[in-house]
Amino acid sequence: MIPRSFEYHAPTALPEVIALLGQYGDEAKLLAGGHSLLPMMKLRFAGPGHLIDLRKVAELKGISVVGSELHIGAMTTENELIFSKLVAEKLPLLVEVARQIADPQVRYKGTIGGDISHGDPGNDHPAVMMAMDATFVLVSATGERLVKATEFFHGMYDTALTPGEVMTQIRIPVPPAGTGSSYAKLKRKTGDYATAAAAVVVQVQNGVCSAARIALTNVGPTALFATDAAASLVGKPIDDAAIVQAAKLAMAICEPVADLRGDEAYKTAMAGQMVERALRSAVSHVK
Amino acid sequence: MDQNVENHGRLEKLEGIGCSRKRREDPRFIQGKGNYVDDIKLPGMLFAVMVRSPYAHAKIKSIDTSKAKAYPGVHAVLTADDLKPLKLHWMPTLAGDVQAVLADGYVSFQNQEVAFVVADDRYVAADAAELVEVDYEELPAVVDPFKALLPDAPVIRPDLDGKSVGAHGARKHHNHIFNWQIGDKDKTDRAFTDAEVTVKQDMHYPRVHPCPLETCGSLASYDAIRGDLTVWITSQAPHVVRTVVGLLSSIPESKIRIISPDIGGGFGNKVGVYPGYVCSIVASIVLGRPVKWIESRSENLTTTAFARDYWMTGELAADRNGKIKALRVNVTADHGAFDACADPTKWPAGMFHVCTGSYDIPNAHVSVDGVYTNKFPGGVAYRCSFRVTEAVYLVERMIDVLAQKLNIDKAEIRKRNFIKYEQFPYLTPLGLEFDSGNYLPALEKVLEAVDYTALRAEQAQKRADPNCPTLMGIGITTFTEIVGAGPSKSCDILGIGMFDSCEIRVHPDGSAIARMGTISQGQGHQTTYAQIIASESGIAASQIAVEEGDTSTAPYGLGTYGSRSTPVAGAAVARASRKIREKARKIAAHLLEVAPDDLEFDLDQFKVKGDPSKAKTMKEIAWAAYNNVPEGMEMGLEAVDYYDPPNFTFPFGAYLCVVDVNKKTGETKVRRFYALDDCGTRINPMIIEGQIHGGLTEGFAVAMGQELPYDEQGNVLGGTLMDYFLPTSVETPHWETDFTVTPSPHHPIGAKGVAESPHVGSIPCFSSAMVDAFAHLGTTHFNMPYNSYRVWQHAQSLGL
Ligand SMILES: Cc1cc2nc3c(=O)[nH]c(=O)nc-3n(C[C@H](O)[C@H](O)[C@H](O)COP(=O)(O)OP(=O)(O)OC[C@H]3O[C@@H](n4cnc5c(N)ncnc54)[C@H](O)[C@@H]3O)c2cc1C
Repeated sequence: MIPRSFEYHAPTALPEVIALLGQYGDEAKLLAGGHSLLPMMKLRFAGPGHLIDLRKVAELKGISVVGSELHIGAMTTENELIFSKLVAEKLPLLVEVARQIADPQVRYKGTIGGDISHGDPGNDHPAVMMAMDATFVLVSATGERLVKATEFFHGMYDTALTPGEVMTQIRIPVPPAGTGSSYAKLKRKTGDYATAAAAVVVQVQNGVCSAARIALTNVGPTALFATDAAASLVGKPIDDAAIVQAAKLAMAICEPVADLRGDEAYKTAMAGQMVERALRSAVSHVK
Repeated sequence: MDQNVENHGRLEKLEGIGCSRKRREDPRFIQGKGNYVDDIKLPGMLFAVMVRSPYAHAKIKSIDTSKAKAYPGVHAVLTADDLKPLKLHWMPTLAGDVQAVLADGYVSFQNQEVAFVVADDRYVAADAAELVEVDYEELPAVVDPFKALLPDAPVIRPDLDGKSVGAHGARKHHNHIFNWQIGDKDKTDRAFTDAEVTVKQDMHYPRVHPCPLETCGSLASYDAIRGDLTVWITSQAPHVVRTVVGLLSSIPESKIRIISPDIGGGFGNKVGVYPGYVCSIVASIVLGRPVKWIESRSENLTTTAFARDYWMTGELAADRNGKIKALRVNVTADHGAFDACADPTKWPAGMFHVCTGSYDIPNAHVSVDGVYTNKFPGGVAYRCSFRVTEAVYLVERMIDVLAQKLNIDKAEIRKRNFIKYEQFPYLTPLGLEFDSGNYLPALEKVLEAVDYTALRAEQAQKRADPNCPTLMGIGITTFTEIVGAGPSKSCDILGIGMFDSCEIRVHPDGSAIARMGTISQGQGHQTTYAQIIASESGIAASQIAVEEGDTSTAPYGLGTYGSRSTPVAGAAVARASRKIREKARKIAAHLLEVAPDDLEFDLDQFKVKGDPSKAKTMKEIAWAAYNNVPEGMEMGLEAVDYYDPPNFTFPFGAYLCVVDVNKKTGETKVRRFYALDDCGTRINPMIIEGQIHGGLTEGFAVAMGQELPYDEQGNVLGGTLMDYFLPTSVETPHWETDFTVTPSPHHPIGAKGVAESPHVGSIPCFSSAMVDAFAHLGTTHFNMPYNSYRVWQHAQSLGL
């Protein structure tokens, strides 16, 4: 459990980060909280020659409301999300998910930007980002671009990030009145990744669902955006029958990989169960 | 009244048996001031790592260490060829087999030790380990003990080729280790033929790992000038290690010093001698520098001593009223690639023959076959006495199965079969003599405390409601354990009887130092041994230093596992204390100018009978021991006791568990767990409570999640804490504890040992509850661990 040797860099500003990435290219890895990257290095699955620590880069910190969006710096830790009054007020779903990630030690260090950038289908933020319709700000030597969460995840550990690019910010629209949300995660124990999980955001007007977004964790090579399941809810009350139907449609898109958490059948069934659980809870949260 | 107050004050000051004295160990542990093997740093110390096999079964065609040796900072790379001239490439196991220290031409389990890289520090060692080039030719692996016994199964141990007799008798197949039988087979078979009712159940007790928080490791330091070897080691039995090291190295034991410093949990994982220990010693001798080896977590979980992996078939014969007539058990025991079980020499299945349990069963027969597979060796007693968890699991499951078959409530069927209080000491059909027990009141106390009738009513109601999202299960166990190995007539390790020892030296100021042959790994010996000495000799516990674990200072003992510290060393402590007291009596008599018989012992002093104003405190007596003893008496106040117990002790308990199972996800909530334990005399109720909480939590872990599965290629899965279940406070249920007291008649203070009961007793209780949740649907058993996945699969199989 000892990584190969590497050189460590601790730049203090974003342009320096970009410059270092340019200088070392493939040899370099960005280091955020380190809780996905360092375990891979210790197992010697990854052996970057240069680590560029983002810890001191001020541009990557901070949470603020800008217009109708919440802007969250990529280096915001899970713990900061959990204890942010602003996040609790505007995006309670983000607090709910952060609380279910790993354990306190990991949450003190792990960042939202790292959780998303890693491209691990087992991570919890990706599905939540899809359900909340987040946009990511990616900066490189050639400038800045915006990528939607639903466009960002290409495959296992494969994202829209190109070499030399840094995720600087996550932008999430503040949901209107009448929105309810929830993240339901089945895990074996504290500190475990999801066997299956579902992020759900619904809008309800006069008892009828006017909009819905559903995304699933760890039942495919990326987080899965369950469009059919979400669409099936719209225009009706979210009652038992609607919930069961949405869960079925969500299960239909699952393509999990069997491991010690369960086989394909179990994980698919649990994705359905988590959709049901999250929907019931989201409906009860509608404000 | 005043006298009473004063006496009470003296009693409190003494902190003897029965008081909840705070643990002396805790201040250093909670302040991070413990001193574990990896905390010890010596000048010039080197660090070593193991190169391990990625294959479960392979021929080693060649090993090229040249690149690793050339890497800057590397001092040595050992392989089997380097150990051969010393005859150390193989070592004896505690079970009469041999184990490769470093792979000798072939590997027979994944992660087997192949080469040992010694370098300036652990970073260099890790880099250099990658440079060791091993050319393997992969062979088919077998991880299933039944498949291992097929005629054409791969040969797991070519070194045993042609050996038809092993350490425990005939081998019937090239992967067979032993067959061990006990009991009267004919009588038992006849009882089955004649029985009104019989039941039979297969069950697997999965391969698990004790997973102590501190992994295994050693630091060896050989002083070439003095010819002395000192080894700091994570060992539950340092004296045994010294003997083994002496045997292997031909260094006299007088020149070997084994030190177990603070040990971060053992649970059986730290009883054996591991290749890493041996290699660190060899490397230190060869290099003349201290060499440290510390396992990683995954190395610990996948190479050093698993537990269980017993495939058991139980059968009960009974009459229609549920009165049991006979028990028959067949076990296929998966021992992995080397038979490195830690069992008393004569008993290759440990004390499995306690499997008749708390029940008066007239006939029994047990047959156990040990089998080699391409899995890592072990078979240790994980928080239990040798194979007792397996035995208790079997009988507790079987009596439930019988109850179900006869439609008798499982509390009731136990009552009908209990060994009665008057029957003790009770000789079991498998030859054990249970010292004492009082089972019925214990169970009744539990049933009343939880309102069993109401629980059953609630369950009936839930079963009747098809819309109920959960299944409710109630589990019961009424177990008897066997601990305190053991009488030397039946128990030895490497030929050394399983006695234990205590030495007490009282200093002139009346304080004392006491040393034992055991070693605490969380049990709180420093605290509780002092309490025994306090009650027995009148020296306040706070004035007693307790030391263990250093073979150069402690008397020889067989170590701490199998709940043997209190039953064996604890008895030696009591007896050594009594020797001190009796010498003190003579000195007091001399000082008071009366006959020894005219004195009575009162807490911390000797008083003249009938004239209590004339008294000498232990403090005064201790001083006199160094300047004014009766004529002809040796000076000083010391005692040593080596205790060979006349019998084991048999703690027991009655547990009840309530679970609620989510039909749709398999998630299980342990709603209630009520544990009543009877460990005889209670030395420190607070420590007992702590040990029970710990044991129940580990039992919960085993039942609900722990497992080390293998794939067909012999890859060990789940060798990290991401997969291997170690519950945190979030998962751990709330425990309710209770007790009764039935002292052991043969133990000097009546104590039986407690720390393993909750592990042994709770696991079948969880199974009992989980099966009960599905019992109305016809389930009589399904295998652990009851993680949501497995429970869901079971629910699905029943069409839920
Ligand atoms: C025991 C354990 C349990 C865990 N359980 C969970 C869980 O239940 N749910 C969950 O979601 N996660 C879990 N994790 C992962 C954890 O949340 C990680 O912290 C997270 O996935 C990565 O964030 P980080 O800040 O630690 O990133 P790092 O590990 O530092 O980086 C991860 C990757 O992202 C890249 N990166 C980081 N920041 C940026 C950036 N701003 N721009 C571009 N690339 C970037 C890095 O180069 C690296 O490739 C667990 C981790 C552990 C150790």
